[in-house]
Amino acid sequence: MAELFTLPVLLGILYSGIRLATPYLFAAVGETFAQRSGVLNLGVEGIMLMGAFSGFFVGMKTGSPILGLLAAAVVGILMGLLMSFISITMQAEQGISGIGLHLFGLGLSSLLFKTTMGGVESIEGFKAVRIPLLADIPYIGEPLFNHNVLVYAAFLLVPISTWVLNKTTLGLKIRAVGQNPQAADTLGVNVTRVRYFCVCLGGMLAGIAGASLSIALINLFQENMTNGMGFIAVALVYFGGWRPWGVMGGALLFSFVNAFQLWIQVKGINIPSDFAIMMPYVLTILALAFATNRAQQPAALAKPYERGEN
Amino acid sequence: MADRAGMKRVLNKVFEALLPLLAVPVAFLIGAVMLLALGANPLEAYGAMIAGAFGDVSGLTQTLVKATPLLLVGLGVCIAFRGGVINIGGEGQIIVGALASTAVAVGFKEWPTLTLLPLCLLSGVLAGAIWGGVPGILKARLGVNEILSTVMMNAIAVQLSNYLLRGPMIDPKEIEAGTRIAQSALLPRSVWLTRLVPQTLLHAGAIIAVVLAVAVFIFLWRTTIGYRIRAVGLNRDAAKYAGIKVPFYQALSLILGGAFAGLAGSIEVMGVQHRMMENLASGYGFSGIVAALFGSLHPLGAIPASVLFGGLLVGADKMQRAVQVPSALIDTLLGLVVLFVVGSQVLSRQRARRRETRG
Repeated sequence: MAELFTLPVLLGILYSGIRLATPYLFAAVGETFAQRSGVLNLGVEGIMLMGAFSGFFVGMKTGSPILGLLAAAVVGILMGLLMSFISITMQAEQGISGIGLHLFGLGLSSLLFKTTMGGVESIEGFKAVRIPLLADIPYIGEPLFNHNVLVYAAFLLVPISTWVLNKTTLGLKIRAVGQNPQAADTLGVNVTRVRYFCVCLGGMLAGIAGASLSIALINLFQENMTNGMGFIAVALVYFGGWRPWGVMGGALLFSFVNAFQLWIQVKGINIPSDFAIMMPYVLTILALAFATNRAQQPAALAKPYERGEN
Repeated sequence: MADRAGMKRVLNKVFEALLPLLAVPVAFLIGAVMLLALGANPLEAYGAMIAGAFGDVSGLTQTLVKATPLLLVGLGVCIAFRGGVINIGGEGQIIVGALASTAVAVGFKEWPTLTLLPLCLLSGVLAGAIWGGVPGILKARLGVNEILSTVMMNAIAVQLSNYLLRGPMIDPKEIEAGTRIAQSALLPRSVWLTRLVPQTLLHAGAIIAVVLAVAVFIFLWRTTIGYRIRAVGLNRDAAKYAGIKVPFYQALSLILGGAFAGLAGSIEVMGVQHRMMENLASGYGFSGIVAALFGSLHPLGAIPASVLFGGLLVGADKMQRAVQVPSALIDTLLGLVVLFVVGSQVLSRQRARRRETRG
């Protein structure tokens, strides 16, 4: 265990922790938008799987990871549209419609995978881009600034979305719609349109999150390859108090525990690997239990809005 | 006049009960388009599916075998939903229920059936209740979102099972043979559930499940506790003003939901597999939600719904063999069914409201 506190090991964990945070960041920041507008999208996992598949498939067929990424984004938007229609227009109970979307994405991505590819193949995805100068900083330069472009994008998303949510008219509308849709409606904000936008944006980012796995981090597609990441992303939004910076904190904490867990497995330290894999999930439950910022929860979260209801 | 109004009410109720049923044909229509796109004949595919699931004794009994855990999980989902909480944790609760029953059965294998069999079932129920109880108590005490905590509990159960089946609970024969397949020892015959039809897998668990469905109906609609659970689910605030301890009943509904899913795991082990193995839950936790929803979250409605979805699961395998379309197609359709069912509920809600305003 003392080995953990050597520089190369710590830097290794830093490097993989940052890498592993990427899919969580995309998905959870996207989900933050949906939830801030009052929609709980539990189908993130299903969207990620569809994004992972379409990104991989298009990337493989065209040889261009950028086209793959675009495909994943478009598929994510389409899945978001489906979720929006069921949850916003049809006012479905969101806890369940999300599970439906998850099952749909899980089934469809396996179906497409089996009928178009069948076996596991790998592709050359996005390559690491070393940022000059910054990557030359001693020790932390390499782990922080030698990643593929999606990793940087995921982290850039955090300040951008904070700015959008807090400093723009759009952000104000989003928050109003999630906090008090009646009042927002009275002031002429189109509640339905804002919510559709946020859920579709969330869908797009979830699709990209999936693609970040299949064409940037792991560079292959497997059935159910997200393995619960989408649900964890939803939990991270709660953990982060519905703020992008908080979400990033949660994602980093989570991915560092994961990186540490992987290190334990590689080292063959005397903890059964099953318990090591279990750690992040236990941590999530604990985090949910002790996160004290529940007061930040959008007041209209998961409540469908209907005009003239009151 | 009174009769006509009564008649209209009944007709309205019938319409609302039938509305979700439309979800299946619509989903299958979309499925037909997908089949065509995959180059398969939809009629042939669905024909193979229906014939495979309901066409003969073998298919029908397989359907009922799959329907049993679906019904049990579905009953738990019904109770939770009626209490206004959502239990996504069926998968994990099945696993811990099955693990507990296996541990007890293998640990006390010399005990007589009369004590061991009920003990096995009880331990599964208890394990499931604990697995549902953790999210329940977290919800009641700390307001933790139960959807997320039950999902996490699923992942924890899978890892726990992996650990136990490769370590402490592995079949000693697997170690001797050196194959080390992750499965437990065979359960003693004394706890195997009676087979109802010789030469098939159909076992007494199916009867237990149906009896329990009736019991849950009576519990929810004819007892005080059941009434309170439903009151909490219908209107939390009103229930609170009426002096009902809302957090307590929400926790209770999650605990009961877990207990039923745990029992599903026990029965799957004792009736079908006769040993604990990886993938024992095989998605029943999620399909059970679909069945419960499709049965309008009514315990008795869950009975035909489970048979239908049990049939779909069996039929999916048959279809895969007949027309070479992956059975994942059926998973996709299950997702669509869920979306359509919850999407159509607004229509019946609107009708109900219009009736109210008309007086």
